[in-house]
Order: sequence, then structure tokens, then C-alpha cells
Amino acid sequence: MEDFTIAFSLGHMPYWLFIILMMTGLYIVVAKGNLVKKIVGLNLFQTAVFMLYISIGKVQGGTAPIFPTDMKIDPEVVYSNPLPHVLILTAIVVGVATTSLGLALIVRIRESYDTIEEDRILKIEHDIAAAENRIHGQSMGGRA
Amino acid sequence: MASEAITYATMTWQEQLPVLQVLVPFVAAPLLVTIGHKGLAWPLTMLASAISLIVSALLLAQVIDGSVISYRLGGWAPPLGIEYRVDAANAFVLFLVSAIATLVLAYARASVAAEIPREKHTLFYTAFLLCLTGLLGVTITGDAFNVFVFLEISSLSTYVLIAEGAHRDKRALTAAYDYLIMGTIGATFFVIGIGFLYMATGTLNIADLAERLSTQTDSRTVRAGFAFVVVGIGLKVAIYPLHLWLPRAYTFAPSVVSVFLAATATKVAIYVLLRFMFTVFKPAFLFELQTLEFIILPFAVIAMFAASFIAIFQSDFKRLLAYSSIAQIGYMLLGIAFLSSTGLTATIVHLFNHGITKAALFMAVGAYALRAGGSFMDNIAGAGRTMPWTSAAVVIAGLSLIGVPGTAGFISKWVLVQAALEKGWWPVAILIVASSLLAVIYVWKVIEALYLAKPLEGGATREAPLSMVIPTWIAALASIWFGFSTGVTLEAAEAAANGLMNGVR
Repeated sequence: MEDFTIAFSLGHMPYWLFIILMMTGLYIVVAKGNLVKKIVGLNLFQTAVFMLYISIGKVQGGTAPIFPTDMKIDPEVVYSNPLPHVLILTAIVVGVATTSLGLALIVRIRESYDTIEEDRILKIEHDIAAAENRIHGQSMGGRA
Repeated sequence: MASEAITYATMTWQEQLPVLQVLVPFVAAPLLVTIGHKGLAWPLTMLASAISLIVSALLLAQVIDGSVISYRLGGWAPPLGIEYRVDAANAFVLFLVSAIATLVLAYARASVAAEIPREKHTLFYTAFLLCLTGLLGVTITGDAFNVFVFLEISSLSTYVLIAEGAHRDKRALTAAYDYLIMGTIGATFFVIGIGFLYMATGTLNIADLAERLSTQTDSRTVRAGFAFVVVGIGLKVAIYPLHLWLPRAYTFAPSVVSVFLAATATKVAIYVLLRFMFTVFKPAFLFELQTLEFIILPFAVIAMFAASFIAIFQSDFKRLLAYSSIAQIGYMLLGIAFLSSTGLTATIVHLFNHGITKAALFMAVGAYALRAGGSFMDNIAGAGRTMPWTSAAVVIAGLSLIGVPGTAGFISKWVLVQAALEKGWWPVAILIVASSLLAVIYVWKVIEALYLAKPLEGGATREAPLSMVIPTWIAALASIWFGFSTGVTLEAAEAAANGLMNGVR
């Protein structure tokens, strides 16, 4: 592990931040019981990926990838890679769509279950399943 | 990198087929909403789906000899532009997806009318078309990031379709929400993986990725990329420990959606997995070899047993089928894990055969839901007498699910066992046969309820409408037809498997 020198670690700062942000998001999705908080965690998680892509696009000493209008391109000038940014525009749109759909589902869940806390929803569903099993189990002679 | 301009006026419609495959359902979807006429929603959807079926059949006919069609989207040459690339493997999957979609739609009219309120029909069919677009797009595209975009198109519409089941059971909402969380994590993992591959190679075109990776030595970036891609797609495939979203999603979704998802969505995900494991990463990539042998293989075997075992104890026919799907996915993964062209042939044949078999079974579930008010064992008790046609189709498809000789399920399991023996892994061959015995138990449980149990009051009194029985029978007969006439499926699967193994692309 001699690769991990201080210069290496500091030089890859965006990647460290990416990992921290990604893990924070993933932790929230897993650990929080509130459905809205889970969506927030999912958002953080996705945003972390945007950071990863945008840091890939950075070229050392590169400038903004805009050609001069007269199209006289100086071969000496180094440009940053614009492609990851374009990809992330698409990914942002996908993220917005996911968030809005998730929130819409939460609204419907709130209407049907009267709660958005995971443990209470699980309890309600457990009761429904138990009732179902009672009805269908008895009619099958207790074999179901 | 060729830069010659393509003059579109001179392109014939045959050359435009690859883009039409995706474009037809994609354009039809917003068209439904803008027209907004409820009566037109179903016919238009049917038309769009039938056109994409014809297109996929034409494409399959062109590439079955092993040739490859490359289509430049917008005339931009790959690897910079997005490329649609059709070879035997994905033409086969395209055909499966569009054929199932057309069959499901023929069946959908009566089922959707009963399960979904009329004012939602237009939007339901729109979501269905978008889901179809996404699945076809994932399959046909030759660009790794484009796979992610289409994957999300199909996933987002799938969440909507599953949530539509809330009109019957409110648990569909939480099932859709759970799938949304897990599906998004999966897709995001996939996109992180693509990011790592882009870091290592600087390209997104799948063929180009494969070429550049093959000249690279093993690096940590490539390994991380591989791991993220496999886990991300694994969530979509429902590889054993990542399967938790599947039973609930299939159980609470509307019947039509369950048929469509069970027969296509996981199959397309398996195809993406194949593409990444065999085209992008070569099997010679040591890290992949170890992943397959020490992770995928054991999990596939666990899935075959654990999921079949859980299926035996289900009192709901629909949920039973959902668990059985997880077990069947285990067989497909096993074929991949053998890492031989026989194993891959088994995976691809099983992908097709299981698709039609499960379609027939889930269609029958929809018929029971319509006539008997549910698919619990006591709902369907005695339905063998009241709904003879539907129940007979269940028996046929059930036999195919077990893998009885003379059915499609037998062919794929036969090839799979052959692949195991070819490798000399005879314990695995025994496990394949043993897990099929578990399928005998759960299929028998359903047949017993249908034919031997006493019907309850309030059960089914009459047969399902013809528009539902005929598609069910087409799928059931297909699962017998492909058990005898193995020429088409095996030939196409072998061509596909050889193409993938040898990296013809």
C-alpha cells in the first residue's frame, strides 16, 4: 500500500469526497425508516456519482472545452473533457425523474396507509398477511 | 473512425430497421397521451407492438447466420456516436421481448379492463409502451451509457406499472417503492461501473471498450468497474441475495404487468450481464473467472434450492410463481458460470423457454384473478372443472417449468446438464436434477388444487374470456412446440453463444 502517499491522497480529493458522499447516501437509504428520508439519501447517493463523473472529465491544466468562433484552434491549448459532463446532464434528468416518482409514490402510500414510517407500514402489512393466511389457511384445511 | 457522410435519402427502410425497433413504441407512447382517446389507447399500443415484432423478426432473419448489423444513430460514426448493433444474441432477445409484448397486449384488454379503472387506461398503456421501449433499447444499443439510459426508461415505467396494482391491493405501492429504491441503487452502481471503465479506457462504445480492455493489463480501476457493473445488473436480474424486490413486485402488480415483467424484464437484464461478461470483459480476465466460479455459481445453486423451497410453502399461486422465477434465474446464471459455449447456449435457450412458460402461467393467474377473484389456492380450488381451458394450459406450462421431456423446459435443462457434464462438474448436474424435483412439488400443489380440491363458494363459475384464453394457449403450446422443434431455438442460441464466446464483434 505504498501507493497511498500524502500527495496521492490529496491529489485525489474529489474521489475521497465522492466515496464519503456516496456512503453517506447509501447509509441513509438503508438506516432511515422514514420514506422521504430514504429518497433524500438516494439523491445524495446519485449526486456522489455526478461528482465522480465530473472529476473524471478534469484534464490537468485544461481550460473550458469551447472552441473559438473562428475555429482557429491552437494545438497548444489543452481542453478538459466535456463528455462526462454531458453524460451527467442525462443522469441528472434520470435522478429528477426517480425522485419525483418516488415522492409521488410516497404521497399515495400516505393516503393508503396513513403513515410514511417504514416500521408502521411493515406492521400494517404484516397484519394484512396474517389475516389473509387465516382466511385462506382455514379453507385449505390448515395446509396452506 | 470513418467520417464519410451518410446520405439519408439513399437509405432504404431495411437499413433503418434497427432504429425503428426502438422508435416505434417510443413515438407511440406520447402519441397516446396527446390523442387522449381512451378507445384508441389499446389498438394503438397493439399496433406499435406488432410493428416492433415484425421489425425484430426481420432483424433476426438478417443476423441468424452470424453477421452483425451496425447502425449509426444520427449518422455519427462509432465509437464517438451512439451505435445500435444487432447480432444473433440480441436479435434473439429483441424477438422474445417484442413477441411477448404483443402476446401480452392481446391478452391485456380484458384483464386491464377488470383491474384498472377506465380513466387510467391511456396512461397505463403509455407506461407499458415506454417500458417496452426501454427493454428493446437496452438490448439493441451498442453504447454502454445508452444502456443505462434505456435501463432507467424501462425501470421508471416499471415502477409506475407495478404501482397500478394498488387498485386491487394497496401493498402494490410499497412494493413499487421498494423496487424503486433497489432498482435505483442497482442502476447507479451500474453507472459508477461504467464511469470506472470510462476512466480506464476513455470510450463508451461496447465494441470499442472490449477492444481497449483486451490490450490492458489488469488494473484496480477495471476490477472496480467490473464489480460495480455486475452488482448493479445483478440487482436488476435478481441474482439470489439481491432478489428481495422481486416476489412482492410480481405478486402485487396487475396481472398483465406480472406476465410482461416475468417474461421479459429479468431476461433483458441477463442479456446485459452476458454482454458485459463476455463481450466487454473477456472470460480470460482472471478476476471474472474467479467471480463466476466462487460467487455466481454458489449463489445460482442456492437460488435454485432456496427459492424453490420457499415456493413450495406459498398459498398464493402468483407468489409461488414469483419465487419459482428466482429459482429459474439460478439456472440461467449457472449456464453463465460454466463459461463454455454449451453453458451459454443453455442460458440463452432457457431465457427464451422460461420466458414463454412463465408467460403462460402468469396469464393463467390473471384469468383466475378475473374469474375467481384471486389466485390463492382456495380461490383456484376446483377450477379444473369450471375453467377447463385455463387449467389445462397451467398443466402444460407447469410440466415445462419442471422440465418434463417433450416440453421446452426439458430442452434447456438437458443442455444445462450437458454443459455441467462437459466440465466434469457432475455434482452440479445432480443438483440441477434435484432442484427440478422441488419444482415437481410446487407444480403438483397447484395441479392438486385445480383438479382434486373441492371448489369453494364464490370461486370461479365460468371460463375466462377467449381474448385471455387464446394468448395463454399460444404461450402454452409454444412451450410444447419448442420442446419438439428445437431447431430454431437451439440454432439461434448456439449462434448467439458462439458469437459471445469468441468475441466475434
